[in-house]
Amino acid sequence: METNHAGTGYLTTQGRVQSLATNKTIQKIRERIIEFAMFLCALSSIAVTLGIVGILLFESWNFFKHVSLFDFLTDTQWTVLFENPRYGIMPLVTGTVVTSAVALFVALPLGTTIAIYLSEYANNRVREILKPILELLSAVPTVVFGYFALLFVTPLLQSILPDLPGFNMLSAGIVIGIMIIPYVSSLSEDAMKAVPVHIREGSYAMGATRFQTAVRVLFPSAFSGIASAYVLGFSRAVGETMVVAIAAGQQPNLTLNPMEGAATITAYIVQVSLGDLPHGSIAYESIFAAGLTLMCMTLLFNIGGYLLRKRFREIY
Amino acid sequence: MDNVENKVTRNKRFDTLFAIIGLLSTLMGMITLTVLILDLATAGASRLSLNFFTSFPSRFPTQAGILSAWVGTCLIMVVTAFTAVPMGVAAGVYLEEYAPKNWLTALIEVNIANLAGVPSIVYGLMALGLFVYQLKLGQSILSAGLTLALLILPIVIVATRESIRAVPSSMREAAYALGATKWQTTRDHVLPYSMGGILTGVIIALSRAIGESAPLITIGALTFIAFLPDPPIKAEFPFISFDWLFSPFSAMPIQMFNWVSRPQQEFHLNAAAAGLVLMIMTLAMNGIAIYFRYRFRKRIKW
Repeated sequence: METNHAGTGYLTTQGRVQSLATNKTIQKIRERIIEFAMFLCALSSIAVTLGIVGILLFESWNFFKHVSLFDFLTDTQWTVLFENPRYGIMPLVTGTVVTSAVALFVALPLGTTIAIYLSEYANNRVREILKPILELLSAVPTVVFGYFALLFVTPLLQSILPDLPGFNMLSAGIVIGIMIIPYVSSLSEDAMKAVPVHIREGSYAMGATRFQTAVRVLFPSAFSGIASAYVLGFSRAVGETMVVAIAAGQQPNLTLNPMEGAATITAYIVQVSLGDLPHGSIAYESIFAAGLTLMCMTLLFNIGGYLLRKRFREIY
Repeated sequence: MDNVENKVTRNKRFDTLFAIIGLLSTLMGMITLTVLILDLATAGASRLSLNFFTSFPSRFPTQAGILSAWVGTCLIMVVTAFTAVPMGVAAGVYLEEYAPKNWLTALIEVNIANLAGVPSIVYGLMALGLFVYQLKLGQSILSAGLTLALLILPIVIVATRESIRAVPSSMREAAYALGATKWQTTRDHVLPYSMGGILTGVIIALSRAIGESAPLITIGALTFIAFLPDPPIKAEFPFISFDWLFSPFSAMPIQMFNWVSRPQQEFHLNAAAAGLVLMIMTLAMNGIAIYFRYRFRKRIKW
């Protein structure tokens, strides 16, 4: 902008000062506009949240005009697409809980072990190589993991457990567990790394081994961070869609046995979306009610995690 | 005395044992990844041919291909990148350089952290209600691209903020000392220095978006589509057309999901081949991102 008047020798000094001043004003206005535009971009994230909550509540509201909340929560059958539809969310919730439980059963011990190993045992070079490879696990498309669960893990499990049906929550859960290991391990590792060195040294000075230090000193000290890693792992497991839609079957099934097949909340949403349902039908609205239930589950767990963290927070 | 020595030996042995367990657990991820790729490759390699890339889906597994799927994925990624990158980078710059410390900024920050934990299928539901029906964009490439853009927005914002934070404040102060305005400082100094980190974050975010299937299914991706979207470049005036934005779509993960959920074994081979292509795409993108991160980290020394 300043260069516009460079070389215009016949401008008087006064003229130059004036044009510089107008440039300054233009510049100030431009700065303001740019700042405002960037502010709007930052604000868009809040709009997304409002959009999600708004749409889920709005469409679920329409759903609950036809179905009572009491039936929704207590009925044991979910047969929306049948002739005599019944709207009990319980079978979908148990499906979701069972697959997530299996996944956490795999991911939490493994993820924690990996975190301890990477933060306390591995030297820098090993860590630099292993960590990116581990994190590639979370980059694999979930539909590929679904293929893996259905056509590799399930046959493998069937050779050990011959009675296992082709669609089961066990193999889906195990694969989801492997998938979320990087989320659990990298956050837990960060939390353990953040524990000050003098606490470690204190423990070593008392003659504790690395393992004893990690389990008895670091784990409790870093627990608030590790708890958030676990909560994130749970959110991922609950919201995982493709693996369960492919490998766990799509029949709502009220059971806590992971050896059976069952639909989860997410699998049901996929199943309905694949069919061409008219906008505004109850089945169409039911996927929003299912989505709202999913959000409530993650929200409850996040609040639980928050309270847990607050209770165990260590400040150095 | 003997007792204590025994105890120490036992503890030490257990410590070594745990080191081995830890290493094995860490390698588990690597082993799974290898098995996964080998499994896909052995099943899918026989289907991979030029025809596979140039054919539409078909009832006959040997003739079916991924033409509409990969074209769909590419077009969706164009929309996603053009939406998520400017918005995400702008939001990141604002939060890091401009934002005043007040409740609104705090709210935005907490909100971005929470959005990262929202299941992707919920974004799909939101897009179905909002983009497809309320805004009447239809079950189109535009809706799909926007949905995935919102999904990866938090990743882009976080990556932008992290790499901007790494630029030392002496750089900014030097620019201010020469009379540069805030925007000039940001545009000419802060952004170029943090470009490497931003680029890495953008590539990783896009590689996540490529593999997403759940939100696309929710907004109505087609699993069987035997035509391509309207071409963006035309022979006659005005040469550029945006009709493709409103075309129905399929995508790579959707195509793979369709094949894997069919009972016939023959189609599973197609699924494996599609999965292999998808894996190569995402792994290549992640590889590029890791390389960028490595190179930029090496080049800039403060």
